[in-house]
Amino acid sequence: MNRLPLALAQFNTRLGDVDANLERHLSYAEQARRQGAELLVFPELSLTGYALQDLAVSVARRPHADDPTFRPLLQASKSIDMLVGFVEAEQRHRFYISSAYLSRGEIVHVHRKVYLPTYGLFDEGRFFAWGDSVRAFDTRFGRMGVLICEDFWHASPPYLLWLDGADVLLFASASPGRGLSREPRLETARWVEQINQAYASLFTSFIVHANRTGFEDGLNFWGGSTVFDPDGALLARAPYHEEALTLVELDLEQLHRTRARLPLLRDERTALTSRELARILRRDPGSPTLGD
Amino acid sequence: MSESPSLEIHPDLVRRILVDFLRTEVTRAGFSRAVVGLSGGVDSALACYLAAEALGPENVLAVRMPYQASSPDSLEHAALVIGQTGVRELTVPITPMAEPFLAAIPAEEAVRRGNVLARLRMIVLYDRSAEFGGLVVGTGNKTELLLGYTTLYGDSACALNPLGDLYKTQIRQLARAVGVPEAIVAKPPSADLWAGQTDEGELGFTYERVDQLLLLLVDGRHSAESCVEAGFDRAFVQDVLERIRRNQFKRLQPPIAKLSNRTVGYDFLYLRDWGT
Repeated sequence: MNRLPLALAQFNTRLGDVDANLERHLSYAEQARRQGAELLVFPELSLTGYALQDLAVSVARRPHADDPTFRPLLQASKSIDMLVGFVEAEQRHRFYISSAYLSRGEIVHVHRKVYLPTYGLFDEGRFFAWGDSVRAFDTRFGRMGVLICEDFWHASPPYLLWLDGADVLLFASASPGRGLSREPRLETARWVEQINQAYASLFTSFIVHANRTGFEDGLNFWGGSTVFDPDGALLARAPYHEEALTLVELDLEQLHRTRARLPLLRDERTALTSRELARILRRDPGSPTLGD
Repeated sequence: MSESPSLEIHPDLVRRILVDFLRTEVTRAGFSRAVVGLSGGVDSALACYLAAEALGPENVLAVRMPYQASSPDSLEHAALVIGQTGVRELTVPITPMAEPFLAAIPAEEAVRRGNVLARLRMIVLYDRSAEFGGLVVGTGNKTELLLGYTTLYGDSACALNPLGDLYKTQIRQLARAVGVPEAIVAKPPSADLWAGQTDEGELGFTYERVDQLLLLLVDGRHSAESCVEAGFDRAFVQDVLERIRRNQFKRLQPPIAKLSNRTVGYDFLYLRDWGT
């Protein structure tokens, strides 16, 4: 399949009210399906809201066909693939910020956020466990990878997904807007778009970013979900600061055209990277900047 | 190339966010109305314009609370705002409530007297808020918050504050953009407690100058030394830093002595928007 009709949903969640947010998911899924989309991408923690604090443990779910939240989502995924954001509870009662890729009634992949920002206005490390794997996975549209917000502020997770075969990277965010200037968009919007465009160009891949909107107390979430193609060209941008369902068709043949012109993937010297990384880590294993 | 830090804002963007903020947060708290104490100054005028845009003018009650020493300009300027926004209005003179209090406070204790007036206005505003069924919208700006130039449980009391992350200089830019009359934007800011009082006279520096310094110190995380190198007088920098430190208590809830395993404020943590 060479074309991927994709939809990005950005909306204001109800904080800690999973049932209400589930209804929004099902309604967006139906709307996106009717408009011809075959994959619908939701932002980070789309089923729960973002600044959960002590609510985190009570909104956690196990991604499983028997779970009352996942059952209707899996049912909906029979007609449209979906990436949904949630708090994941695992067997031993650790809680993760996760996103699950659902397709044809199955949970295809779950990504647990590997970088939890705990600085400035962020306090994720206080409430959540750190994920510890970054894996690409096969979908009916080709191989993809998922990262959540701070994950893609580090260059290594997208790089690993690229090497693991992902051609479409799905990024999910709940990005609190901040930074005033004379520009008509917030500094956060500029920063995020710059790095997404850079990843698309450097990895000659599709970068799909879904970012929520609305407010939680005084925090605003700026929306502006985007898709960049393997040339780094902007294919779609949802409006800033308002709810939207944004449809865009990815021409997956663009991967062929871009990589024929610019064989960065072919020429990537992974063995060299691995050798040098091993040397750097060996030389200074105790360095605080080189943690695991 | 990074430009030197600027207080310049894009007014349409900020207006959009603040109007959405007011509408969303008032609504999810279960209300559809708001109450604003309208002094005739630029901060409360701006808050009134934003609230009217967010909720509709019929859902905003502007309350004027003059004291006998208030400047007549203040009432007139508030009337301009009411006229232009079309909000509902109410005038509650606070002189009869203030007099018994102030009779016991020596005339030279201006701060005590000012605090009494600010707190009386808070009482009137919250009482009207209950009657009108609207949330009290705060009007304190970032400069005031940082310098502590505010009365605790007085003018700083509110249900939500759209202006607390904008410096006074930025408030003026936004106020002009939303159409606050120039007479209000351009006049010297004043707490209006006695004739001729101005904020800048009391503080000893201009908002324009202190906002530039605060932008470096607070937003830019520059050291005091680096601000002196940037051209600010050393004594001015020290004075501002000391004001910021000394007034931290006004920016926080009072500390609760922790005894149990779970304590409000320390490890019982939920946003106001919990469940909404």
